[in-house]
Amino acid sequence: MKIAWRYQNLPKMEASPAASSRFGHYYDVSKTLSPELLQSTKWHRFFLPEEISLQPNINICNMTSGYTRLLQSIQRIIYQEGFDGSHPQKKQKNILRIGIQNLGSVLWGEDICCTDNPEDVHSLTKFLYILRSLLRMSLSACIITVPAHLIQNKAIMERVTNLSDTVVALESFIGSERETNPLYKDYHGLIHIHQIPQLNCLICDVSDTKDLAFRLKRKLFTIERLHLPPDLSDTVSRSSKQDLAESAKLLSSGCGAMAMGKKHLDF
Amino acid sequence: MSFCPQGVSLPAAKERGQLVFLEGLKSCFEVLFKEEPPTGQPSPLQFIREGGSNLKALYEFVRTSLTPSESDSWKCPVLLVDDVSVLLSLGMRPVDVLDFIHYCRATVCSQLKGNVVVLVHSSENSDDTENELVVNALCHQSNLILWAEGLATGYCKDIHGQLKIIPRRPAELSTERDLPRTYQYKIQDRNVTFFARGMSAAVL
Repeated sequence: MKIAWRYQNLPKMEASPAASSRFGHYYDVSKTLSPELLQSTKWHRFFLPEEISLQPNINICNMTSGYTRLLQSIQRIIYQEGFDGSHPQKKQKNILRIGIQNLGSVLWGEDICCTDNPEDVHSLTKFLYILRSLLRMSLSACIITVPAHLIQNKAIMERVTNLSDTVVALESFIGSERETNPLYKDYHGLIHIHQIPQLNCLICDVSDTKDLAFRLKRKLFTIERLHLPPDLSDTVSRSSKQDLAESAKLLSSGCGAMAMGKKHLDF
Repeated sequence: MSFCPQGVSLPAAKERGQLVFLEGLKSCFEVLFKEEPPTGQPSPLQFIREGGSNLKALYEFVRTSLTPSESDSWKCPVLLVDDVSVLLSLGMRPVDVLDFIHYCRATVCSQLKGNVVVLVHSSENSDDTENELVVNALCHQSNLILWAEGLATGYCKDIHGQLKIIPRRPAELSTERDLPRTYQYKIQDRNVTFFARGMSAAVL
């Protein structure tokens, strides 16, 4: 059971075991899903404007009606398709995979992306908790994207993180000062892993690599370990020497002080 | 889940009636998506459906579960609450969460001579003022604080974090043994090993 959220809408990535220092998967934007595959797979969709006219059967107080309807729809599919064990699955057992886009945005009838003091700060977190209970009681997994850059209230994002199993953030370089930083010239953004799942165990596999960057090409999305290039050219060494000097100043100001240099990898 | 090498079998404890386990997610599912139970007893997580900020049903569940009946020989119950920060995410106000803990303490500690252990999440420079309010209030009310955090120097493969044990007693009753102590720890599959700072097996 996994719940994850990301900053921006990017193609889904499969996190394969990182045996090498690069992983990602191949896709081709110019190709579409074959109609045979689509026909043979059972899928459902939820489009809020279509559902808005129907009256929700379950009553959850103080929750945005969009979320209530979504929860109801998910629960209905879980029950009807037998993912909760109520009707034994006739074909081979499968897992219900759910994808929710732009949770928390105005498309769901929420206002946490528009204002610093939203009318209802609890709808999103309540939704996540109840969704988690649905997933726990069935054979399902869910991946969610959240436009976190639009949510002004940081307390909500902290709570969302605590309510999730896996939390991954994508930070794009577009429009930021990092776009022109020579260190990042090969990449399009950074990947931050804020949380890894600890389901039914005390600890899980923690990767040694904390610094990951991604690259988005026409047919490839790769995630790579971020590493400093060899210090050969003049310009590279000049900027890194300056940053190293700043870090040294911070370190000498007392033991136990954390050195936070400008470079991504200084610690 | 246990931190002893031998381990405590929780399913067995549940069978014997020694452990009452309220699984929040399961209870939430039942209160929202299942038919009303015939017993007529309100669900401990009633507030998710009904709204309002009322943890009375949850407290009643705690009280009835831990108050021993005539035939029970168990004494001095322990209430473990994991975790209180989730209640805030479900729409409870900090004052209601603190009221609930207060009532639990009155029953479990004063009346039943037991102990209450509460887990809260916190983080440095947190923007969640409601949560920090609850954390501060609970710290003030507690006799003992176990504060687990990552290392200030960042991630380390062999030392996952440090635990500060902070006893809180009125000043006149404090002794030398009541000074805060700090240990570092490493989490394994089914166990956690604690050691003094700088005494990690990887370093020695």
